Order: sequence, then C-alpha cells, then structure tokens
Amino acid sequence: MKRNSLWSWIVLVLAVLYFALPLIGTFEFSLKMRRGVYSLDAYRVVLSDPRFQSTFLYSVTMALCTIVLGIVIVVPTAYWVRLKLPRWRPIIEFITLLPLVIPPIVVVFGYIRLYNTSSWLPLTGSAWGTNVLLAFGYATLALPYMYRAVDTGLRAIDVATLTEAAQSLGASWFTIMGRVILPNVSVAVMSGAFLTFAIVIGEFVMAALLSRPAFGPYMQLLGANRAYEPAALAVIAFAITWLCMGLIQLVSRFSKASPARI
Amino acid sequence: MAFLEIRNIQKSFGAAQVVRDFNLDVESGEFVSFLGPSGCGKTTVLRIVAGFEEPSSGSITIGGHEVTRLKPNQRDIGMVFQAYALFPNMTVAQNIAFGLKVARASQAEIGERVRAMLALIKLPELGDRYPYQLSGGQQQRVALARALAPRPKLLLLDEPLSALDAKVRVALRQEIRAIQKELGITTIFVTHDQEEALSISDRIVVMYGGKAEQVGTPFEVYNRPATRFVANFVGTLNVLEGTVTDAAGGIVEVQAEKVALKGKLNGARTGDRLSLALRPEAIALGRRPGYDSSLKGRIAEVHFLGSVIRVRVELGETVVSLDTFNSPSSPPPAVGDTAEISFSSADVSILQ
Repeated sequence: MKRNSLWSWIVLVLAVLYFALPLIGTFEFSLKMRRGVYSLDAYRVVLSDPRFQSTFLYSVTMALCTIVLGIVIVVPTAYWVRLKLPRWRPIIEFITLLPLVIPPIVVVFGYIRLYNTSSWLPLTGSAWGTNVLLAFGYATLALPYMYRAVDTGLRAIDVATLTEAAQSLGASWFTIMGRVILPNVSVAVMSGAFLTFAIVIGEFVMAALLSRPAFGPYMQLLGANRAYEPAALAVIAFAITWLCMGLIQLVSRFSKASPARI
Repeated sequence: MAFLEIRNIQKSFGAAQVVRDFNLDVESGEFVSFLGPSGCGKTTVLRIVAGFEEPSSGSITIGGHEVTRLKPNQRDIGMVFQAYALFPNMTVAQNIAFGLKVARASQAEIGERVRAMLALIKLPELGDRYPYQLSGGQQQRVALARALAPRPKLLLLDEPLSALDAKVRVALRQEIRAIQKELGITTIFVTHDQEEALSISDRIVVMYGGKAEQVGTPFEVYNRPATRFVANFVGTLNVLEGTVTDAAGGIVEVQAEKVALKGKLNGARTGDRLSLALRPEAIALGRRPGYDSSLKGRIAEVHFLGSVIRVRVELGETVVSLDTFNSPSSPPPAVGDTAEISFSSADVSILQ
C-alpha cells in the first residue's frame, strides 16, 4: 500500500514538472525584458499595444456572439433530443464530435469554397459576412463542449415531466424553454459558455485564414517578431483560460447549493 | 351529457395495443379512480385525457367541448405527477403562480390566488421555500396547489402518492379528497393501490389489459366484483368451484354440499361449472345464525394478526381464508382440527 502511494507521488511530481516547467520557464522569461532584473515591462508593452486591445476586444465580442449562437443552437436541440428523439442521441452525439475529428483548416477551406464572393451566398465578400462566418465556425468548434455540458445539465432534471407539468399549466414551447428548461440548465450552459470563451480567445486557424483581426493571429504575429512580449502574451492567454476554468469550478460549486440541482 | 366523456378510445404503441375500446362518463364534481396493475393502460388513458398522448381512435369531450386533437396547454386541465415535477428553479409561491402568469393574470390576482392556495394546502408560511427544502408530502401538496391555482376544469392525478411513505400517503389522500370536495372539481385519480382507490373514490374503474373490467362505487367493486380479475385484484377473495345441479332452483353443488343461489346464476344451465367468490369476512368458522350455507373441511393454517385471526381452511383441494375477531376468552382453532364454515348465499358473487 505504502509502495503504491510512493509511486503515485512520483508520477504526480513528474506530471507536475512536465506540465509546469515550460510554463514557469515562459513566465520567468517574460519577466526578463529589462536586463539583469525581473520586471513586468513585457506585460506593460503588450497591454499598452493598441493592437492587443483591438484584437482582444474583437475576440471577446466574437466569443460572446459564439456563446449566444451556441446556446440558441444547442439548448433546443439537446432538449428536443432528450424529450422526443432519445433514439437519435448516439447520432447527434457523433455529429457533435465531428469538429474534434475534422481539422479546423479543413472546415475553413470548406467555408471559403462555399461562401466565397462568386458563390450563391458570398459571405466572405464583406467584413460583416466574414464575421458571421467566423462566429459559425467558432460555434462548430465549441459544439462538442457546449453540447456535452448542456446534455449533462438536462440529464440532471426530469425533462419530460417538467415539460408536461408546464404544458398542463398552459405554457407554450417558448415559455417552457425560457422559464423552465433554460433556468434549470443555466449552470451547465455557463460551463459550456466558459469553455467556448477559452476556445475562441486562443483560436488561430479560422481567424487567420478568414483574415479577421482576432487575438490568435495577433499572438502569432507578435511571436514571430518579438522576444519577450510573446512570452508575456502566452502567460496572459493561459491566465484567461485558467480564469475560465476557475469560473466553471466556481459555478459548479455554486450549483451544489442551487435549488436547480437538487 | 356527462362532464367528461371518453368514447371508444384505442391506443397502440407499435404492435402493442395498450388501450382497447375504453369508454367512461364522469359527472361534474365526481372523483373517479383508475385502478389496476402496472401496464393495464390506466396511465395511458389519463395521458390521453391530458393530451400528452394522442389516441389511435376515439374521442374525449370535456364540458361539452371535444378536445381530442387539442394540445395539452389548450385543454384547461390541472395535473399532478408521481414525481411531483415542481420547477426546481422557482420557489413554492412562484410554482403556484406559474399557471396564472402563463394565463396573464394580474399581479394582484396572482398574489391573492397564491395566498389562497397556500392556505388550502395548509402551508401558508412556506411560500419562499424552494422545492428541495420541502418533504415529499409537502412537495406533492404544492404540486396540487399549482395544478389547482389556474382553476382548471378537470384535475388529473397520476399516482400522486406512490413516492410517499405509508403514513403520509394516508394523510395526504384524505387531504386530497377533502380539497376536491371543497372545490367540487371533477377529478381522475390513477393508482395501483386498491386501498387508496376504495377509500377516496366516488367510483372506481378497474382496468386490466387496456380495458375497463368494471366501473362502480367502491362498495360495488369490492362486494360485487364483475370479473374474476376484479375479484382477485381488489381485496382478498376465496374462489370456490361448483356445478349447477338445479338451474331452476338455483342450486349449485360445492364440495358435495348444496348451496342455494337463486337469482344469481346469470342464465347458467344445469351441469355448468361456476366460480363462486366470497370475501374472507363473509365466512364464519362454525355455524352462524342467518348463514344458510355450510361446508366441512380441516384447519390448514392459523395466523394471529392481533385484533383479527386469519384462518385457512382446506376444503378438498381448495383452501379458503376467513377472518374472525380475536377474543381473549376463546383460543384460536388448532391446525389439523376438522371445521365447518358457514356463509350467506347472499354474499356469494358468481364470477364471469
């Protein structure tokens, strides 16, 4: 038993070193911009760069749009599959997993071929249209995470009986969705939303190939031309991701005390 | 014209027919129970009335309006579910107010109605609690208040007491009946518990194999079961096999003894085999004044149950159960003793 415990600790320490060392190294390097002393100069430079602000704002806006799009597509779909089409669940789950199998570069080339300026729906012909295309692309990328989060939330409530109870009280489908189902899976939706946010903030391929001023391409551009700033930017990106993960944990913990989960 | 008319309802799921030619009239203010074992179709009929299932054929009329093809939210019904189905994200008061908000009632009316409903279910101080903060019995009372708040025409109760413990069940079923009587609302109650159905219903529909086996008052269903299934399902029943020896005189031979059943033979002819049904409480050990029939047998088992002693008597290949009251001055019979049982032919039912 003690032997097992020792091995567990050894494996844990090795794993922590494997994951943490590069991060610690990057962080340490990001503090070395001023020769001889540790400083936050690299962070100051990055944060005061107008391109950082504009690309970050763009990506945050796109992330919020993607979250709304994801909720509008996923919540009714997952609800309907649970309520009326339970036999379709494996098929829907398979479809939602496809974005993990098909590389984003394939998806975005497909988009460009389908929606270019000479197509029947020339979305890439305008900045607004390309933004819409990018939001749909991001929603596709986030689909596996959003669907699973919402489906898990729906599993925790008796969807069929709650729906019938609301129907017997005169509620329409819209009311049932807005007042009964969505509030009861809000914690799950928020988990999916934070994951979507983390994915969109760091996404590079789609934004770069659709030529949109997003945070991912900015990080790549900075990485190719500067020494210390990319390290600072990487740490900032990690911090944002971790913040999202922390918020998911916080929301999940809040959910244990929430009436909706009991 | 009855308030609720269920006409020729048939329902199939794939190849399985779960409801067969179901007909029922329910008068306004009546409390009718659907009683039957699992899979007998009772819940399916209730769900068809509610609009959650569409019948394969037949029609439903509520208050003179045909509702067969209407959606559940257009039928003006209130429903209480076995699993409570309170909205977890809402407080008790918000749950009760839900139907009224959907109907766009004014805030003043909603507030007043919620207070009245909370008073009706005797939980006036629990309006701010969430469902998870309530016991099962309290949750079901809230579910009842929520169903009643929008003043539905018809109240449907789908095994509302099944998830509760025994004491709460008894208390709550009496409470449900009292509230139903107070409001005078037409109610259909689905249960598989015969005691529940017998104790609170105006009429009982005993269902089996998707059909109504018998519709009658609790007294009729218990004392005059129409079919062998009803007789076996509702209460304990002794079935004695007999042969008609004199159809004109109503004489049936059971275990070589003659039993006079004039007027009860339902057209049976001499030589026909019949099944005679008797409740344990209708049989006496020994000869009792006023009981016109008797049979001889042997005591096979004696179960002391406190105030009641259940005795099982062997009559040839048949064993009958009878109940006698405990008396401290007379000890219970001994197993193996010969015994005579007596009964009144008036208490005998002929099973179809």
